[in-house]
Amino acid sequence: MAIVHEPRTRRAIHPLHAVFLASSVPLFLGTLLSDYAYTSTYHIQWSNFASWLLVGAMVFTGLALLWSFVSLLRAHRRKGTVLVTFLLLLAVFVLGLINAFVHARDAWGTMPEGLILSVIVSVLAVAATWAGFSTLRTGVTR
Amino acid sequence: MGGFFHASYGSNAVKTRGLLIIPGSLALLAGCGGNDVDPVQQGANPSLPEQERGLLPSMNIAEPTPWGNERPTVPPGYNVTAIATGLGIPRQTLVLPNGDILVAEGRGGSAPALRPKDIIAGFIKAKGTTSVESGDRLTLLRDSDGDGKYEGQTVFADGLNAPYGLALVNDRLYVANQDALVMFPYRIGQTQASGPPVKITDLPSEINHHWTKALAASPDGRFLYVGIGSNSNITERGMTAEANRAMIWEVDATTGAHRPFATGLRNPTALAVQPGSGKLWAVVNERDELGPNLVPDYLTSVREGGFYGWPYSYWGQNVDPRVRPQNPQKVAAAIEPDYALGSHVATLGLSFSTPAMGSAFTQGAFVGEHGSWNRSKPSGYKVVFVPFRGGQPAGAPVDFVTGFRGSDGKTRGRPVGVTVDPRGALIVADDLANVVWRVTPERQGPAAVSPTAVTRGTAESAGSATP
Repeated sequence: MAIVHEPRTRRAIHPLHAVFLASSVPLFLGTLLSDYAYTSTYHIQWSNFASWLLVGAMVFTGLALLWSFVSLLRAHRRKGTVLVTFLLLLAVFVLGLINAFVHARDAWGTMPEGLILSVIVSVLAVAATWAGFSTLRTGVTR
Repeated sequence: MGGFFHASYGSNAVKTRGLLIIPGSLALLAGCGGNDVDPVQQGANPSLPEQERGLLPSMNIAEPTPWGNERPTVPPGYNVTAIATGLGIPRQTLVLPNGDILVAEGRGGSAPALRPKDIIAGFIKAKGTTSVESGDRLTLLRDSDGDGKYEGQTVFADGLNAPYGLALVNDRLYVANQDALVMFPYRIGQTQASGPPVKITDLPSEINHHWTKALAASPDGRFLYVGIGSNSNITERGMTAEANRAMIWEVDATTGAHRPFATGLRNPTALAVQPGSGKLWAVVNERDELGPNLVPDYLTSVREGGFYGWPYSYWGQNVDPRVRPQNPQKVAAAIEPDYALGSHVATLGLSFSTPAMGSAFTQGAFVGEHGSWNRSKPSGYKVVFVPFRGGQPAGAPVDFVTGFRGSDGKTRGRPVGVTVDPRGALIVADDLANVVWRVTPERQGPAAVSPTAVTRGTAESAGSATP
């Protein structure tokens, strides 16, 4: 049984990129949970929390998207997974931005669109992070 | 003033001084908006279109520019002059029995930015208002020789907290600060307060999203009416922040005891007692972010114990879905206001006319419209006259002072308080240019005596109640 090492040195996902990617997940999840809490209690503070958590999530998503874009330009091989990550992040960013505008509405004006978008964006953020962490690994064996 | 974000967006309807850019991909998601023909929204039965909830609210913020040699436009046969300049944000004025004019100057509100939107909206909207320091004082203007030039300008009282509503009852001058109703003893001819004011009662001032406290006195002087605006556009700061808000208080002038006189009035920014009937009238700023043609601001007589809809509904029973929990009982009880003035015009001034204003403007009320932000096509930015017949508004409003927003799209001034001088003049406070304007019928000679002593007497007892 032959163990073949990849000929090129492959780096793991850069730690900073990892932080950007991974950070968006709990923030989007927090947005989703806060939105849910608002719909079930009508307490406006949950809506405020959702707005701010969403801003945080968008900052990290934006940075991750930028990083991913540069990675895409520099990728020589296995462009596929890098492209998937990029596209997922792009979707997260666009829908997240729309969600931020929806969350800028007053009181119950954010609902139900806000909650629906938060669900979709959270799922996509998990997928993007999954894909991002799947792209490059060290010690790849065949 | 105040209230923020929501509503519709035609892709071409955005004009935010380049601060908000809508990516093309979002245009599809934006509301329809951008109807070129505005529905008729003046009078007793305004047309109320469907609510619009686009991604971003339409915004068109005033782009301030100095008056230079320009002047506001007044009807033929009328003159307009600036009688005071360089003020510290003039809001409301009061004509004293000897003809002196008191000007309340200041900027209030301490509403913290609660959401990311508040920071952005606050920044954008600040571009459309003055940046001078808040005066927090009352300035007295005097025309000693009756030539129409107010050469005397003294600080009557300072160190006040965003004074707004003014009312004189005999020898007591009441001032509604943003946090308290206070009283100065006043003698005719006085140019400076004799000391610090006496507090009559505290007023609701926490957050103060809508900070202006409008003021009027009952004809007998026993009660004062204080307009207290809501603490949000549409409850987005929570219902607990709305305790004692969006209502008109009736305050006992002597003891300071108070009770709600009428409720559900989102932002009653000017109050006036109608000469003759003695009825209390108010102009009210309605909610934003339901589209460019909702909800019309209005002029209404105020019924004791009446509920006017905010926040649950508008213009009677039109439910606002942004309020949770809803309240069908309150919606059912909501009174339709008397007279719509148009959506987003931002009515901030109200004063009943007198015959001395000229035959075309004898019976009715002047209304100052500060001008819109939540609309791609600006509305307001003028002073209108609402004609009355038999004590009720009758007919369409007539433009009285215009030209605040030029055809070049630049804004030179924004009218706030309007006050009828019983001698035949309309005093208009302009809080963008920090000017007080005086509009007079041309035939009014400098030394003209007021037309009838009776008119003057009536107007003063009520006029004193006209902030």
